[in-house]
Amino acid sequence: MNGTTTRDADRPLTAAPAVPPPPRGPLGRLGWALADGWTITVRDLTHWVRRPAQIIVGLLFPVMVVLIFGYVFGGGMVVPGGGDYREFLMPGMFAMTMVFGIEATFTAVANDIGKGVTDRFRSLPMARSAVVTGRGAADMLNSALGLAAMIVCGLAVGWRWHNGPGAALAAVGLLLLLRFALLWAGVYLGLITKNPEAVMAVQILVWPLGFLSNTFAAPATMPGWLAAIAEWNPMSATVSAARELFGNPGWGGDSFAAQHAMALAVIWPVVLLAVFFPLSVRRYRRLSH
Amino acid sequence: MDVTGHAIIAEGLRKRYGDTEALAGFDLAVPAGTVCGLLGPNGAGKTTAVRILTTLVRPDAGRAEVAGFDVVRRADQARYRIGLVGQHAALDEVLSGRQNLVMFGRLHHLGPAAARRRAEELLERFGLAGTGGKPVKQYSGGMRRRLDLAVGLILSPPVLFLDEPTTGLDPRGREEVWEAVGTLAASGTTVLLTTQYLEEADRLAGQVCVVDAGRVIAEGTPAELKAAIGGDRIDIVAAEAAGVPAVAALAVRVAGAEPDTDAAARRVSVPVRDRVAALTDLVRALDEAGVQAEDIVLRRPTLDDVFLHLTGHHQTRSTTRTEAA
Repeated sequence: MNGTTTRDADRPLTAAPAVPPPPRGPLGRLGWALADGWTITVRDLTHWVRRPAQIIVGLLFPVMVVLIFGYVFGGGMVVPGGGDYREFLMPGMFAMTMVFGIEATFTAVANDIGKGVTDRFRSLPMARSAVVTGRGAADMLNSALGLAAMIVCGLAVGWRWHNGPGAALAAVGLLLLLRFALLWAGVYLGLITKNPEAVMAVQILVWPLGFLSNTFAAPATMPGWLAAIAEWNPMSATVSAARELFGNPGWGGDSFAAQHAMALAVIWPVVLLAVFFPLSVRRYRRLSH
Repeated sequence: MDVTGHAIIAEGLRKRYGDTEALAGFDLAVPAGTVCGLLGPNGAGKTTAVRILTTLVRPDAGRAEVAGFDVVRRADQARYRIGLVGQHAALDEVLSGRQNLVMFGRLHHLGPAAARRRAEELLERFGLAGTGGKPVKQYSGGMRRRLDLAVGLILSPPVLFLDEPTTGLDPRGREEVWEAVGTLAASGTTVLLTTQYLEEADRLAGQVCVVDAGRVIAEGTPAELKAAIGGDRIDIVAAEAAGVPAVAALAVRVAGAEPDTDAAARRVSVPVRDRVAALTDLVRALDEAGVQAEDIVLRRPTLDDVFLHLTGHHQTRSTTRTEAA
């Protein structure tokens, strides 16, 4: 402190800036909640600007995985029913990017709780929902950017969509739906652990989800029990549906999960949402108990 | 503020966490414009009290008002009138000091221009104008705490809560925070601060409430409390357990006060008025009586003494720093 700061006691600290009164009606309250949510989103987006390296590393990691699997291991991979391995791989990598986003959500939520930032938000005259909706919006934007980067990467390695832009957009929608469902799993886990360092534990949960799937290899090539897990993995449903919509080679399969991938790609995220959204809301409310 | 002129009122607050009763009938009344210190060891219930008064936690029973608004039923109104500075600097580490202030200003519903203006004012006030563009991660502990204070003051709230505002700070950082709080108090803000350090309560608070096991067990000005504890103390450790009664008897004679005796540690502790004279007399008396002492220490009263005096028991969950204070 340079000594001149807190000693000028005669300067009035009580010259409070004027603030608008809290809104009354439901519409006013909604506007309030949206404005506050946006402030939190801007906060998270500002992190991108202040830590560009982090963003770039975050975007480069899946690109690296694509290169390793597409070119290093890809030569030895055979797509059941024929087809280019990189065309097979890319929809899986898109989904993987969505699934790994859970780590960012978890870390941010746990960090804010652990540091007392969430408590400070809760002591402010702001919409309480904004803390979570703002975070969610930022994470969805972040993942959308990540997905866009992966699509560019895919185009560069020879991946294409073959069923027109409409089906391609539907695939993107399913991918983002998966991310949206996992967002709430990340929020919930962050709220219960309150410790950003526990992200290691989350990775232990997330990596099997990413790899025990049909992303890199067809479940038909795995031992029976593992194949069942991989087929029923929520991520696999999204991957299969995305392959179908993009017109990329898939592994087919005749199990129920494989036959109904499109429906499961909607049902699974909705189930995850139905579980984790109420859990998160309840957990957040329980902060005041 | 309510009709009685109190900025903070708590009546019979109770809060239980599992088997632990954090608050067991907590009462408090802080007149507007004063600084009140909640003094107590870790686990006494200070933080729980602050969390209820700042609308973060609902009490199981009892009621509380801050700036005239019930903290449960009128929480939204109360939040416009309080500032909270918690134990850890609750800031976004990636954002700069200025960006933190603007964000929190926006969350107080200041317009974009007003939020920026307020940020500049507060950076200036708290001596952070030159470092406002740096990420908070690079701030020193004292700077963080000052920024934390500044965030708590965005609306110049009439009531400010400081939960152990100097925990973890070095002496220089502590001095910076004390100075800032002193200025606020002088400008008429009602401040409730929690602390484990007698020294801190003494420096900042006009009124001190001693908290133990979830309730206020004593209150008064720092001078009143100190008078109750007594001033300096002499601790004598007898060389043998058998010597403890003799040491205690000598201590009574020399100091003219009732000593506290800890038989297990063979320690006799007695309050004294004239420290040097008492020490000289006691050493001479021990020598004349032929009583062996292993150690004789002259020391300032600690929070533990306050507790021993007020509750008859040592702090059960005391921290090491209170011992060293």
